Amino acid sequence: MNPLLELTDVGIEFPTPKGSFCALQGVDLKIKKGEFISLIGHSGCGKSTVLNIVAGLYQATQGGVVLSGKEVNEPGPERAVVFQNHSLLPWLTAYQNVELAVKRVFKGKKSKVEMREWIEHNLELVHMTHAMHKRPDEISGGMKQRVGIARALSMEPQVLLMDEPFGALDALTRAHLQDSLMEIQKDLNNTVIMITHDVDEAVLLSDRIVMMTNGPAATIGEIMDVELERPRNRIQLADDPQYNRYRQQVLSFLYEKQRKPDTDAPAKKAAKSEEISAKKTEQVA
Amino acid sequence: MSTALSNIAWISPFINIAKGEDVSGNIQTIIKATGLPLAGLLVFLLIWQAAASNINTSLGQFPGPGEVMTQTKGLWTEHVAEREKATAFYERQEKRNAARVEKDPTYVPKIRPYTGKPTYIDQIGTSLVTVLSGFFLASLIAIPFGIVIGLSANLYSAFNPVIQIFKPVSPLAWLPIVTMVVSALYVSDDPMVPKSFVTSMITVMLCCLWPTVINTAVGVASIPKDLVNVSQVLRLSYMEHVRKIVLPSSIPMVFTGLRLSLGIAWMVLIAAEMLAQNPGLGKFVWDEFQNGSSDSLGRIMVAVITIGLIGFLLDRMMLTVQRKVSWDKSAATR
Repeated sequence: MNPLLELTDVGIEFPTPKGSFCALQGVDLKIKKGEFISLIGHSGCGKSTVLNIVAGLYQATQGGVVLSGKEVNEPGPERAVVFQNHSLLPWLTAYQNVELAVKRVFKGKKSKVEMREWIEHNLELVHMTHAMHKRPDEISGGMKQRVGIARALSMEPQVLLMDEPFGALDALTRAHLQDSLMEIQKDLNNTVIMITHDVDEAVLLSDRIVMMTNGPAATIGEIMDVELERPRNRIQLADDPQYNRYRQQVLSFLYEKQRKPDTDAPAKKAAKSEEISAKKTEQVA
Repeated sequence: MSTALSNIAWISPFINIAKGEDVSGNIQTIIKATGLPLAGLLVFLLIWQAAASNINTSLGQFPGPGEVMTQTKGLWTEHVAEREKATAFYERQEKRNAARVEKDPTYVPKIRPYTGKPTYIDQIGTSLVTVLSGFFLASLIAIPFGIVIGLSANLYSAFNPVIQIFKPVSPLAWLPIVTMVVSALYVSDDPMVPKSFVTSMITVMLCCLWPTVINTAVGVASIPKDLVNVSQVLRLSYMEHVRKIVLPSSIPMVFTGLRLSLGIAWMVLIAAEMLAQNPGLGKFVWDEFQNGSSDSLGRIMVAVITIGLIGFLLDRMMLTVQRKVSWDKSAATR
């Protein structure tokens, strides 16, 4: 079967005043329909950059991304993004936030009634119907992220991109949302790319874990298949030897093979700030 | 009701008591919220009185609070008298017309407008109309312009020097130019509004444009990157992006600009009216100064206090509008 999404030799260089900065290099990845992929790596290793390239928010300077036979070169609703900081429009209610997306994607395809049902259906998937007429500042962080997921799902994307979706939440809320996500995933069987820095989250949710090496010029270090049976239960898995082996393998990649040497920590910091300034120049341009 | 009134802090505890809340707690709030401003006002009045009695000008003693009070009453009496005259004038005219129509049924009665001199209240009215038209015109230009340059860092860099150069220009410098241009371009036998009005309005507009332009541009430029990304993922068009993301997101900053602009507009107006002879508060002050009677200084002081009070009320008005329009209620408390 042909892969749904194909990244071929993807690399990106940001122009900086001190010459170009290579953030990413030679990323090759094929993703099948219905697969759940996690990208894991240390912060600043370029995992968000990969996601932004797939989303079309950044343009790869090398190689390219092909989604169902079409090259990706601009953002679009078929690659919906769940952002780390929910990024709901603060002046709209949960319902209106989802509505904005639905109206945009299904204009002319769904009637008014169908649209309303579809919006409510998606809010129901994330268990937010009770607060759908509340504005983001009236609901908790976890609820905001639920609405963000509902908004992305409502676009019926071919690939769902999640940028550290639960990174800003407390541990309990995070576990709750992970369970919700697995439940939704069971029904919809979406193709998902999720960025995370949480090893447990990666092993629990993914079919494959893509581990990234440290930047600059970051690339894929290892790819690990997670062959745990679904539905997965976090409590049962805690004692599962297979689960712990997977965990251990990711941990050893992150903390042994790709350990950040303390000695050149300042250099890393400089590289990171360079990357940030590069992003800023991009934004201004 | 209570939201509009709570702009004025000292009213709310009275409302609370009326609602049947705890009295002693609210009385403490009243003492703090009412007593302190009153004490400040009292100290000011004492200093004013003391200073006034020590200043002697060629027009007599500097007016103290008492004199100003007398002049305020005087101006009001004049206004009432003038209105009575006007009513009488129209009554006489009507009677005469009715008599003529009785004699000659084909006669079409003409109503001639009353041409008495404008009273103080009329002058306040003229000033308000002028400042609001100038401000409205400025907003109509400044908000779209601010959005356009805010959306593009390049355009912003390109226009920033021009904005920075024109921002500090005094209305007195603009006025001669505006007067000449208006005289050249606004030519009509039967003008809808007097030239002096147009001149003052355009001067006000030129001076109060900039805070709104700058604040709108900054507000638009500082929209969170995440929201811009959302707009991109949804592939919103330029106009939709402006309508659905940019405008709501920058509304608090736009209002900050509008409030600054309205404050400047009001300040500029008085100077513009003085020179352009637009029949408003500025002209009133100028005429009183030229008049040089023993009442003049007192009447000018009345104008000074009126100008201050109206400026304050205009700002409160904008704040109320901002609270109605903006989603970000926390920004509207300053």
